[in-house]
Amino acid sequence: MPHVTLTVNGKSHTVDVEARTLLVELLREKLALTGTHVGCDTSQCGACVVHVDGTSVKSCTMLAVQADGADVLTIEGLAAADGTLHPMQEAFREHHALQCGFCTPGMVMSAIDLVMSHPQGLTEAEIRHGLEGNLCRCTGYHNIVKAIAAAWPVMHGRELVAAE
Amino acid sequence: MYDFTYEKPTEIASATAILGKDDEAKALAGGQTFIPVLKQRLNKPTVVVDLAKLGLSGITVTPTTVTIGAMTTHAAVADSAEVAHAIPGLAHLASMIGDWQVRHRGTIGGSLANNDPSACYPAAVLALGATITTDRRSISADDYFQGMFTTALEQGELITSVTFPVPVASSYLKFKNPASRYAMVGVFIAKFDTGVRVAVTGASQSGVFRHTAFEAALSTNFTADAIAKIATPADGLNSDIHASADYRAHLIGVMARRAVAAAK
Repeated sequence: MPHVTLTVNGKSHTVDVEARTLLVELLREKLALTGTHVGCDTSQCGACVVHVDGTSVKSCTMLAVQADGADVLTIEGLAAADGTLHPMQEAFREHHALQCGFCTPGMVMSAIDLVMSHPQGLTEAEIRHGLEGNLCRCTGYHNIVKAIAAAWPVMHGRELVAAE
Repeated sequence: MYDFTYEKPTEIASATAILGKDDEAKALAGGQTFIPVLKQRLNKPTVVVDLAKLGLSGITVTPTTVTIGAMTTHAAVADSAEVAHAIPGLAHLASMIGDWQVRHRGTIGGSLANNDPSACYPAAVLALGATITTDRRSISADDYFQGMFTTALEQGELITSVTFPVPVASSYLKFKNPASRYAMVGVFIAKFDTGVRVAVTGASQSGVFRHTAFEAALSTNFTADAIAKIATPADGLNSDIHASADYRAHLIGVMARRAVAAAK
């Protein structure tokens, strides 16, 4: 059985998995990190989004063995040890960007990648386009978009100037 | 998914050796189509050969060509300022494949080896007259695509890179299925000094094809008006729950005219 050695939320793990094990299965079933959700299982909904080597990916569409040697960040790795929320989590809370919460872990992970990969700024249209791989059936997206715009200046330490 | 043996070779020769000796061995590029196929048990490979460590990603731009390594992701092509400058239609095409997370993993080589009849990249490769380089030869785009999910690749043959000639102007427009984001109709237009090439994806039962009637008209007069009166026959086009063959035939004209107007 293949060994996979990877870093998850700053902690190194070596796990034996079948080759067919998905990354999300490794996270949820082997490491008990059940914050990462499986919604559609067909690569569409984005509930399973995590960061692999700093980039957002759908962990239901990646084999665990492909993540050998990788640095993985999940929703559990965001808040500080004392419980202080990541600025994106705080913005989601403040702007009521969730209702049932099922899509939220994937939304937050996609949103953080979106903000960090757009240091020059983000328009509302770019935020909406950037969320095309994440489905939410409760909020109508409006408050999620507001939360991401609100988190941008906190994460970059300067004002977000709308270019639209 | 059925279980399989996983191999992650570091040399192309090792990968082709494994794939060449076993008809049931499969190559894994970005996996954004292949892994869903495995999850649905539509394929039962004995061995999955991961191409990630073969050093096949990267983009090289010269004044006359853009060469993209087979394992280069859609996101890397979409974000490349050099590609956007040389072949704007190609960068735009890459930016509209799937969604952002899919673009972070999906690769040009994987898309071309699979040759989904609704995939975007085949339209760019055929319209631009690109050359597909494999571990053993070069294949012209006109010879490469051989029908839905069918290509000129032999068992065990791996795409290593794709070289696109830089056109005078290009554009790609697709009418996408809002759920899958695959092309219901996608039209790539490439204008060269020697003439215009037009490729259509998403529409035909036999995969990507060149629209020779549009090419002839646009090579004489590169305006949307030049093709406004050319009807596309619905024979051989897909009819499904998303669109009838007649609807797709009409869309080909609409998307082509918009693509001509947008070419730069």
